[in-house]
Amino acid sequence: MPVKVMIPTPLRQFADKQESVHLEAGTVGDALSALTSQFSDLKRHLYSDDGRLRSFVNVYVNDEDIRYLQREKTAVQQGDTISIVPSIAGGAKA
Amino acid sequence: MLILKQSLFEQIQAHGARDYPSECCGALLGQDSGTDRTVLGLVPLANQREDSPSNRFEITSEDVRLAEKAASDKGWELIGWYHSHPDSPARPSEFDREQAWPWYSYIIFRVEKAEPQEMRSWRLKDDRASYDEEGIEYIAGAPA
Ligand SMILES: [Zn+2]
Repeated sequence: MPVKVMIPTPLRQFADKQESVHLEAGTVGDALSALTSQFSDLKRHLYSDDGRLRSFVNVYVNDEDIRYLQREKTAVQQGDTISIVPSIAGGAKA
Repeated sequence: MLILKQSLFEQIQAHGARDYPSECCGALLGQDSGTDRTVLGLVPLANQREDSPSNRFEITSEDVRLAEKAASDKGWELIGWYHSHPDSPARPSEFDREQAWPWYSYIIFRVEKAEPQEMRSWRLKDDRASYDEEGIEYIAGAPA
């Protein structure tokens, strides 16, 4: 089912400068893998080397954080909006 | 090149001095012409890392959304972030690099014994392996 995925500003350069992309997906995980197969340069910024979503990559379905839903297994329906929102972290020493 | 008004530079420094020995952090709002970036406003934010604030900082996705809203309300963009390195050099740590996003400008400045020192700006390379330093041009002027 077509869903809308909102791309955060720092990643738009890897998605033909688009603010959002419409994709066919049944779950959040499907949508993200469709997105990264369409725009492969997005992958390293969304996933760590072990294939998990990076901890500072936050995904919302219609404003609900997927960590409080079924994470990447969260089902999506036609008309849903999936938003990728950064959080920012760092520090002086390792 | 990152263009930074003297008054905003001073506000960033003051935030670092005030929060020392914790790391301070905040958002950079402004405009990106494609070649240059101009910082026009700041959103000082609370460091959410209460367990280890002297060598870590964290800005929640809720605060990121607030900063984006603050920028778009003025017709600007959220172009990056600043944070202090208490008693550490103004360059990204390995931990910074692992957490960084491309595209954003990351201003880092050293605060030595509560005194602000050098300030530098960095942008993560697209391959995530390292950074490019972005020159800072200081200009006279008050916040927009
Ligand atoms: Zn840092």
